Amino acid sequence: MPFSDKPQVFGASINALSFGPAGKEVTIGGSNVYPLYSFDAPLANPVKVGIQVSDKGFDATVPGLAKFYEGCTTVVEQAVRAASAPGVDFVALSLNSADPNEDNASVEDCAATALAVAQAIDKPLAIMGCKNIEKDSELFVKVADVLRGQNALFLSCREEDYKTVGASVVLAGGQSLGGESAVDINLAKQLNVLLSQLGVPTTKIVMNLGSAAAGYGFEYLASTIDRVKDAALKQNDAMLQMPVVTPVGDDAWSVKEALLEEADMPEWGAREERGIQMEITTAAACIASGSDAVILHHPESVKTISEFVSALM
Amino acid sequence: MALKGLDIFKLSPKTNCKDCGCPTCMAFCMKVAQGALPIEKCPHFSADAIATLSEATAPPMKTIKVGDFQLGGETVMFRHDKTFVSRTLYANAVCDCMDEAELDRRLAGLGKVDYERIGERMYVEFVRVNHSESASEDAFLALVKKTVDVLNGRGIILTVKDLALAAKALELVKGLPVILNAADESNYADASKLATEAGVVLGVGAADLNALYDTVAAIEALGNKNLILDVGSADLKSAFANAVRIRRASLKENNRTFGYPSLVDAAKLAPGDSHMQAALLALFTTRYGSVVVIDEMDYAKALPLYGLRQNLFTDPQKPMKVAPGIYPLNGADENAICATTVDFALTYFVVTGEMERSGVPVNLLISDAGGYSVLTAWAAGKLSASSIAKFITENDIESKIKNRTLLLPGKVAVLKGELEAKLPGWDIVVAPNEAVQLVKFLRELTNK
Repeated sequence: MPFSDKPQVFGASINALSFGPAGKEVTIGGSNVYPLYSFDAPLANPVKVGIQVSDKGFDATVPGLAKFYEGCTTVVEQAVRAASAPGVDFVALSLNSADPNEDNASVEDCAATALAVAQAIDKPLAIMGCKNIEKDSELFVKVADVLRGQNALFLSCREEDYKTVGASVVLAGGQSLGGESAVDINLAKQLNVLLSQLGVPTTKIVMNLGSAAAGYGFEYLASTIDRVKDAALKQNDAMLQMPVVTPVGDDAWSVKEALLEEADMPEWGAREERGIQMEITTAAACIASGSDAVILHHPESVKTISEFVSALM
Repeated sequence: MALKGLDIFKLSPKTNCKDCGCPTCMAFCMKVAQGALPIEKCPHFSADAIATLSEATAPPMKTIKVGDFQLGGETVMFRHDKTFVSRTLYANAVCDCMDEAELDRRLAGLGKVDYERIGERMYVEFVRVNHSESASEDAFLALVKKTVDVLNGRGIILTVKDLALAAKALELVKGLPVILNAADESNYADASKLATEAGVVLGVGAADLNALYDTVAAIEALGNKNLILDVGSADLKSAFANAVRIRRASLKENNRTFGYPSLVDAAKLAPGDSHMQAALLALFTTRYGSVVVIDEMDYAKALPLYGLRQNLFTDPQKPMKVAPGIYPLNGADENAICATTVDFALTYFVVTGEMERSGVPVNLLISDAGGYSVLTAWAAGKLSASSIAKFITENDIESKIKNRTLLLPGKVAVLKGELEAKLPGWDIVVAPNEAVQLVKFLRELTNK
C-alpha cells in the first residue's frame, strides 16, 4: 500500500512583493504552503539573500572581509563589490553614519551616498537606518525622495515613526517599506494595521519581526515567525500576509561567540569562522521558520545560504 | 485518534468496584481518556480490551531509547502548540573509506567540543561509522573497534548494509547505545531479526517514501517497533521533504507506521562542505531531525548550534534560567564594581555580552527572580530591594567583595531609595534601561 498524505495547500498565500528598479526587481513571498514545503505545492519564489554594506565601511578586523573588499576605498565601490558576490540577490545599505550619538552625518550626505550606491549597483537596494528613531525618520524622508523610481525597500519604520516614514517612503516616494516590531505577533500585526489605515497598500509592506542570534532568545523569533505564517495561511489573516525580512548579520556578528578574539578563547578557533557559522546557523533557522529574505554580512555566508535555498527549491 | 471516555467505558467491567481509586467506572474511563490515568490502573479490564485500547490511546510518535539517549515522543509540529520534548542529537562521521591519518584525527577530535551552557552539557552524542563498498570487512571492524575505544559514553551508529558484517560489528559494541542503520526494502526481515536479537535500535531506509512506508509496515508486522527512519541522502530537497512528511503523517494524520524518530546524514547530503552542513544542522534541528550526522563538530559549529537547540527545545511555558550566584566578568576581582540583574537566561546573555564588550571588570550578582525578565520579575514581586539585599547578605557578598558600588537595572530605578536604606555603606548607581547602552555607560563610569 503506497504512502499517502494530504498536502497542506492553503487558500490564502503570502503577498508577493517586488522591489528594485524596473528590469532588475527581485520578488519575495507569494507561496501558499508552509515555508520550504515544496512537496505540497511549488514555492512561488525562492528566499532572497541580501548582503549588508555599511556607509561606515566594513569590519576591517575580519580578515576575510578585508580581503573581499580589498582596493575598495569608497562605500560605492564596496557596494558594487558586494553586489557581485556569488549568491547575492540584493544589497542592503545601512546608513550607520547618521547616528546622532556617533558620526551624526547629515541626511543630505547620507541621501547622496544612497543615490550613488543605487546608481552604481546592478541589484535592488534595501535601505537600513542608524537605529535612532528620530534620525531615521528624517533620514528616510530624504533618502526616499532622492531614490524616487528606484523602488527601494526601506527597513524599517516602527510604531513611533510609521506616520512620517509611511507617508514619505511609500505614499510620496513610491518605495516599499518594512514594519519593524519587537519580536511579537500582536505588535507586528498592529503595525501593519496602522500602516494600512495610513493608506499604505499592504502589497508595499514587509515585516521585520526583529532578529536574534542563535542561542540568544532565538525561540521567540522562531515561534513568532511560525505563528505569523500559520495565521497568514491557515486563518487568511490579511494583516499578517506580508513577507518576512530578517536582518540576521547585525545580531549574529554582535554576540560574544563572533566577537571574542582567538587569543581570548584559543579553543574556540578563528573568530571569522565563528562569525560566519553564527550567521549561517541563524539564517538557516530563520528560513526554516519562514523568513522570505535574510540580510547577511559575510560573502561566504551569502554563498552558502544562497546554495542552501536553491537546493530546497 | 484520541478515544472518548464513553468508548472506553463500553469496554470497562462496569462494576464500580473502586479498585482503581475512582468512585465509578465512568469516572475512571473519563480520566483514562484525558490521559490522567493509565488503563492498567484497573485490574479488571480484559486482556483483549486493554490491547484494543492501548493501541488506540498510545502516543502517535514512539519514544525510542538508545541507551540513555531519548529520541522522538513528540506530540506537536510547532513548539508554540505545546513544546518539543526530545532535543535533536548530533553525530560525528567516520567511514572505513577514509585514510588512517584522517580517521585518527577525527576520532581524537571527538571530545573537542564539551562544555556547559545553562545547565546543559553540550557535546557530540553519537559517532556514525559508515561501511563503504570499496573497503574491506576487516577495515570496517577495525574502525568499529577503534571507535568504541574513544566513545566515552557516546552512542554509535553503524551504517552497514552487509548483515553478516553487521553481525560481527554488533559483537564489538555489546552493551553500548547502538543504532544499527542497516535495513532497507531488500533485507529488512533479516536486519530486523539481527537488531532484535542484539537488542539495538534498527535504522530503516528505502529508495522513496512509499518503499519506506511498506518496509516499516513489514518490520512492524514482524514485531519490531524499535526503529529510527533514515530520511535518505540522495539530495537535500527529498531528505527535507521526507523528514517533514514522516513527522506530519504521524502527528497530524495519526499514521502510526511513521511514528518514529528520524535520522539525517548531512555528511552525505553535503559531502565535505562544512558551511552547508552548518546550515543543514540548523534546518533539521528546527524541522524534524532526531539525529543529524555531520563530518565533525567544532566550536564554530557548536556555539551557534547548541544555543539554537537549547532555545528551540525549551518549554515555552517555562523560561530558561541561569543559576543564581556571583559571575565575575572581564577578570573581575574583589575590587571590581558590582552589578545586579535577574536570572532570566536571555537577560543574562544579553547583559553579560554587553558587559564583556565593555572590557570593564564587573562582578555580576544574579539573584533568583523566578526566571523572569527585569520588569516582569519586579511586577511579580520576585525582584525587589528586599530580594537583592537578601541575596547580598545570604551570599556574604560584603566579605567576598570589597567594592561597594552596585549597579541597578535602569528599569527598576524606583528601587534605589529602598535599596540604599537596606544596604548601608553601598553606593547604588542606576544603570541604563537597555543593555546596549551598557558599554558606553560602564566605560564612562570607570573613567571618572
